[in-house]
Amino acid sequence: MSSRDFLLLMLALGAVTYLPRLLPLVMLSRRTLPGWFAEWLELIPVAILSALIAPTLFAQSNPRVFTLGKVELFAALPTLLCACKTRSLAGTVIVGMLSYWGLRQIM
Amino acid sequence: MPNPIAIKETGLVRAGLAAAWPICLGYFPIGLSLGVLAQKGGLAPWQMAAMSLLVFAGGAQFIAVAMLATGASALAIVSTVFMVNLRHLLMSSALAVHFPGVSRRFLALFAYGLTDESFAVNLTRFNQGGWNRFSALTLNHAANATWVVSTVAGVYLGQLVPPGAAGVDYALTGMFLCLLAFQISSPIFTATALLAAVLSLLTYLWLPGNAYVLVASSLAATAGLALKRAWRKREKTS
Repeated sequence: MSSRDFLLLMLALGAVTYLPRLLPLVMLSRRTLPGWFAEWLELIPVAILSALIAPTLFAQSNPRVFTLGKVELFAALPTLLCACKTRSLAGTVIVGMLSYWGLRQIM
Repeated sequence: MPNPIAIKETGLVRAGLAAAWPICLGYFPIGLSLGVLAQKGGLAPWQMAAMSLLVFAGGAQFIAVAMLATGASALAIVSTVFMVNLRHLLMSSALAVHFPGVSRRFLALFAYGLTDESFAVNLTRFNQGGWNRFSALTLNHAANATWVVSTVAGVYLGQLVPPGAAGVDYALTGMFLCLLAFQISSPIFTATALLAAVLSLLTYLWLPGNAYVLVASSLAATAGLALKRAWRKREKTS
């Protein structure tokens, strides 16, 4: 692939990445949303976070199969406990990393 | 005499940088490994830099690098990346309430740095209150700078870095877990989170690709809303 073709492809990839990030912000920040939609959006963050994490904790990636034995899952327990007890993001990330690292040594 | 406005601005930038560190820590090893893959796939350092600057999306870039290496068509790469990034529509919508009447120029700069990670941290901060949009913008661009540097570094020296040092692979998972715990503020949120996890797993196992986040989170939020309305109705009638 020539340098020019590569850059054109990157511009196209940039556009299809950027537009979904930009358009809702521009279109929705200037109007009052209907009540049901605002309530729906309130639930979106918790749903997205949970949906992002679930496969990391409960599934092998290649091939995709369900499992309850991943180090990621066991390390999640002290991490969540720390998040609820301390309410500190920095502390929780460090506890998570150390738990994961420690468990990897013994599992 | 120090300029009070300048001091305030430095404070906002500093707050953004302070909030960005778990993201930067998590991006670094991922960026390095993307750089290694890209180098194996035949990308030059300038091409890696151009991609990380123009696209700035972790998952999508891994897929694009893999598809480039196998000689996939441009159309196939663009449409796959588009599908993978559709979940940002939801994140951008959820953030919009925190930018009422903000200029298009600011939004254009901010949207560039909207990733799963920056979304999660910024939204949590906005909900906690007192989070300034300039701090949010700083956070986005600090994450982007780390991403560009680490992906290009990966092309040069990725193989030299031992994988999994000090559990750094777990930084982003740990951050997401913590932010999830912070979001749970009522039984409706717990129910929505549990449902999203189950739906995400099912779609992850049964559908190829990355549609699982978009499908599971929109279905779970819809079910959560229905549940909330049903409970409200029952409280009114009883």
